[in-house]
Amino acid sequence: MTMDGMPRESHHGPTGPAPITEADLHAYVDRQLAPDRRAEVEMFLSTRPEDLERVRHWQQQNEAMRGLLDPVLEEPLPLRLPLQWQRPPWSWRGLAASVLLAAASAVLAWSWRGAVDAESVRQASTPAPRALVAAEGGGLTGFAHQAAVAHAVYSPDVRRPVEVGADQEQALVTWLTKRMGTPVHAPKLGPLGYDLIGGRLLPGDQGPVAQFMYGASGGQRLTLYVTHDATVQDTAFQFGRDGSVNVFYWVEGRFGYAISAGADRDELLKVSQEVYRQLKPG
Amino acid sequence: MRAQDEADIVACIPVLRRYARGLTADPDRADDLVQDTLERAWARFSMWHKRGEIRAWLFGIMHNHFVDRLRAQRSRPQDATGDEGLDMPQRATQADRLELRDLERALRRLSPEMREVLVLVGVEELGYREVATVLGVPIGTVMSRLSRGRERLREELQGRAGASPQASRIQLVK
Repeated sequence: MTMDGMPRESHHGPTGPAPITEADLHAYVDRQLAPDRRAEVEMFLSTRPEDLERVRHWQQQNEAMRGLLDPVLEEPLPLRLPLQWQRPPWSWRGLAASVLLAAASAVLAWSWRGAVDAESVRQASTPAPRALVAAEGGGLTGFAHQAAVAHAVYSPDVRRPVEVGADQEQALVTWLTKRMGTPVHAPKLGPLGYDLIGGRLLPGDQGPVAQFMYGASGGQRLTLYVTHDATVQDTAFQFGRDGSVNVFYWVEGRFGYAISAGADRDELLKVSQEVYRQLKPG
Repeated sequence: MRAQDEADIVACIPVLRRYARGLTADPDRADDLVQDTLERAWARFSMWHKRGEIRAWLFGIMHNHFVDRLRAQRSRPQDATGDEGLDMPQRATQADRLELRDLERALRRLSPEMREVLVLVGVEELGYREVATVLGVPIGTVMSRLSRGRERLREELQGRAGASPQASRIQLVK
């Protein structure tokens, strides 16, 4: 070992490579060595079967610990975890209030589901389904415009297109649900060629707005913008354009949805119908 | 606080839960630890000043809570065995499960200090210097806990498999 117990960073003294220490073997297992030092350790191990056996076992320990603990990553987050800054951090009253609020919005969401159910039954029996009333829009207004702007701002961001990535989908969904005050989830668009990249929370007119971002294999991005405070009446699918961003949007209850992408109208309509299908209750 | 900072903390929660489960096999106790950590993190966020990676900062907070709990537990000996391995997440086949059980039991038998280092290095993949910062100890201490922890696990696990005992002694490498 070196003086401070760390694997060496400078490998060559005046007399050739520095001797291999136990710290080097650990750093080898944990992939914390520079490539040439790594090669020296490999060389060393090739002539030392006992050390090699030891190193192999340490590697297996790491793998086994990950096998034991990684399933935790997939678990839904327990609701008791505080997911945002709270004024007095140990206020039971505050906690109770937010639980109440969550319960109330869950009830609202359910009754909303009921209402929409009736609505969709009605629609299914009418000759002109909502999907085909797409108005040929020009300029966008309201949340559809904001959705297009948000798409234009965040989708070209290569480094940080989302706040919470799809690898933490559970955390993302729990967080957005808490912040929006209503159940939110990301539709699965894999069959249409779009994989979830992640999401972020944005300021809307009256409250937070969720943006989910999807990516296609060719690099094209598509965003779904969900607002909880739509002020207009229910609308059919509408199409509009803002610069190079095409948007399909619709309103249901208090929810406004907008799908934005550079893709053409037909492609967007296909995605919109799928999103509508998945977010539709029942 | 900025939405981005908030999101950064939220994005760390699954990893915090995984680490806590490595420290304490009981899921409820592990989530207690996560809850304490998050409450402290939200309250202290302004103290963070972006001096480093947010994940390491959160691990550091969790370490402090973990140590506090250990201290409380050790002063009440009847609780000391309370977190003997229970209810680890299981999705493996029968054979794998046996091995995971063995590993879990062996992990429980390590000192909490060794367990912290082994999980931070082996599962959370922190650099040795980062681990030293998180735990507030010199890096030499990290290396010796790592070395002793790994050898102890090897003795336990290979002992089960009937390996020769002399192969598991810590050897000085020349």
